[in-house]
Amino acid sequence: MADSTAVEARDGAVPIAGRTPWQITRARLTRDKVTMVALGAAIFFILLALSAPLMIQAGWIDPYTAHSDLVGGLGSMPIGPAGGVSWAHPMGVEPGTGRDIFSRVIAGLTVSLIVATSAVLLSAVLGTVIGIISGTAGGRIDWFFSRVIDFVLSFPQTLMLIALSTIVIDALQAAMNTDRTVPSMVFMILVMGFFGWPYFARILRGQVLSLKEREFIEAANSLGASRTRIYFTELLPHLWAPILVYSTLIMPQNIATEAALGFLGVGIQPPTPSFGSILNDSVHYATSDPAYFMFPGITLFLVVLSFNLLGDGLRDALDPKADRQ
Amino acid sequence: MFYYILRRLVSVVAMIFLITATTFAIFYASPIDPARYTCGKNCTPTILEGNRKALGYDQPVIVQYGKFVSGLFVGRDFPDNEELRQQYPQQVVHCPAPCLGYSPTQHRTINEMVAEAWPISLSIAIGAFILWMLIGVGGGIIAALNKGRWPDRSIVGAALVGFSLPTFFVGLVLLTFPAIKWGWVPIPSYVPFFENPIKWAQNLILPWITLAFFFAASYVRLTRAYMIETLSEDYIRTANAKGVARGKVIFRHGLRAALTPIVTAAGLDLGGLLGGAIITESVFSMHGLGYLAVHSVTYMDLPTIVAMVMIVSTFYVIANMLVDISYGFIDPRVKVS
Repeated sequence: MADSTAVEARDGAVPIAGRTPWQITRARLTRDKVTMVALGAAIFFILLALSAPLMIQAGWIDPYTAHSDLVGGLGSMPIGPAGGVSWAHPMGVEPGTGRDIFSRVIAGLTVSLIVATSAVLLSAVLGTVIGIISGTAGGRIDWFFSRVIDFVLSFPQTLMLIALSTIVIDALQAAMNTDRTVPSMVFMILVMGFFGWPYFARILRGQVLSLKEREFIEAANSLGASRTRIYFTELLPHLWAPILVYSTLIMPQNIATEAALGFLGVGIQPPTPSFGSILNDSVHYATSDPAYFMFPGITLFLVVLSFNLLGDGLRDALDPKADRQ
Repeated sequence: MFYYILRRLVSVVAMIFLITATTFAIFYASPIDPARYTCGKNCTPTILEGNRKALGYDQPVIVQYGKFVSGLFVGRDFPDNEELRQQYPQQVVHCPAPCLGYSPTQHRTINEMVAEAWPISLSIAIGAFILWMLIGVGGGIIAALNKGRWPDRSIVGAALVGFSLPTFFVGLVLLTFPAIKWGWVPIPSYVPFFENPIKWAQNLILPWITLAFFFAASYVRLTRAYMIETLSEDYIRTANAKGVARGKVIFRHGLRAALTPIVTAAGLDLGGLLGGAIITESVFSMHGLGYLAVHSVTYMDLPTIVAMVMIVSTFYVIANMLVDISYGFIDPRVKVS
């Protein structure tokens, strides 16, 4: 730590090194093996999702080609053990069409992660702006936004997501004049993003309430800084930690929500692969070919688990109250 | 205290009306034609207009909402049109207060449908609640008492796994293997409690485990975190030093401090579940409120959708109120004003 300020040591005592919060966080994170593994797994899944379109172009994975020679018999069940697992098809093939499940899971990961990340971004931006305004303005504006938050949180989220899907996707499809793939993705992003912002707003409002009494805000105010400057230049840097932590924690929730809704037949529809649409299709074969839902289900579990572990680890590392070791 | 409860009740009622009004506005005032969904494949303009009149969809949205609200207090008669009622008196259906509406796809009042579905959702919620509270709070206490040692690590690890496993996946695995493939438990189908309590429990055990799996995880984390914090307090050391029995220290002194957050979470989770467990009920084809909700959405049965949104949010808002009121009793330091 060359850039840290060392206090001169007297009488051979161990010098006390001042460390920036970022250095403390990094030191804590690198000592936390579980979080490091989770971080590695999360980065791996993100890279996999990003490279999926390239791998499809290169022909390494092929989520769309049917292999009728790999399925057969009554109901066109996959031939071979555990749903047709082989070197060419490590997760087996789909019953009926014989498409490669491994390729579909990777391609589905891309769609699921795009939807989940965009929804998180939408929630974070909305929640941060409203949280900061609510916290700094106080009074009637604060009261109003707090009631809005209560109101949004009282809505049954899953039910609204399901109920709105037909109407909104129909409307988006008519407006965009395309098939249902893009409208259904946009719908999931908009609605999950909308139901997510109150959590961010609540937490950030609380942070802002305590921050705005601090001297540096008073100093900025007395120097005549504009509101925008106080919001974005003075307050925002102190809010990155909670924003980052909650984004990481809401991310796996969004992935799981997309999958759960897809399971119910809502949201992203086949043939576009996503965790939801793959699992929705596999339900029809739950008893005859359980491998078809086990492989994508376990992959989904690993993705959700890695983001949950990462979020937990980040929260512990960024918590200013925890021991500074 | 009395005025506090009264004030909370008023805000609860206001919130419920705001939610139903918004739901109404979203579904009835949106560009879609609600009558179109009541009319199947062989739809003719005559049937379409007939349905529109019978369901009252030809009236302005605000009038429809007014009728919905008054139906909640004094009941309603269907079809929602004076002329039609006089024309076909034998087809008139009376829906007593609190009338939730009439389902055009099932041709009966929503009250009847809810009365049928509600015991199923209640059974699922209660059993799962007891199971996850025992596992979650118990696991959290054991983990806290063994902080850093292997019981703690394995419980915390199991909680993370439970928290990350999607509910529908757990349900699907439990349904496929123990029930269908291995035949250890019956494939769930609802048996009323008063008919045969043992069969009731046997049929519900898988839905209970499915829900408890997910919920117990967050209670383990919650209980553990608060217990660890409390157990390091001075008054716990004092209690131990003066020879208070270990069990008493843990439950009377330690758990007491963790009670507020646990009650908060438990109240809200149970309140949410009483309105129906959408995913779990769908996996096991249990025809409770959650299944009813999904069914109503699949067939775009608007009156039922609105009624379901109202029921679910009512449970949630009331649970929220009860939790707030209970703080005054759990924690004497909280002054309700």
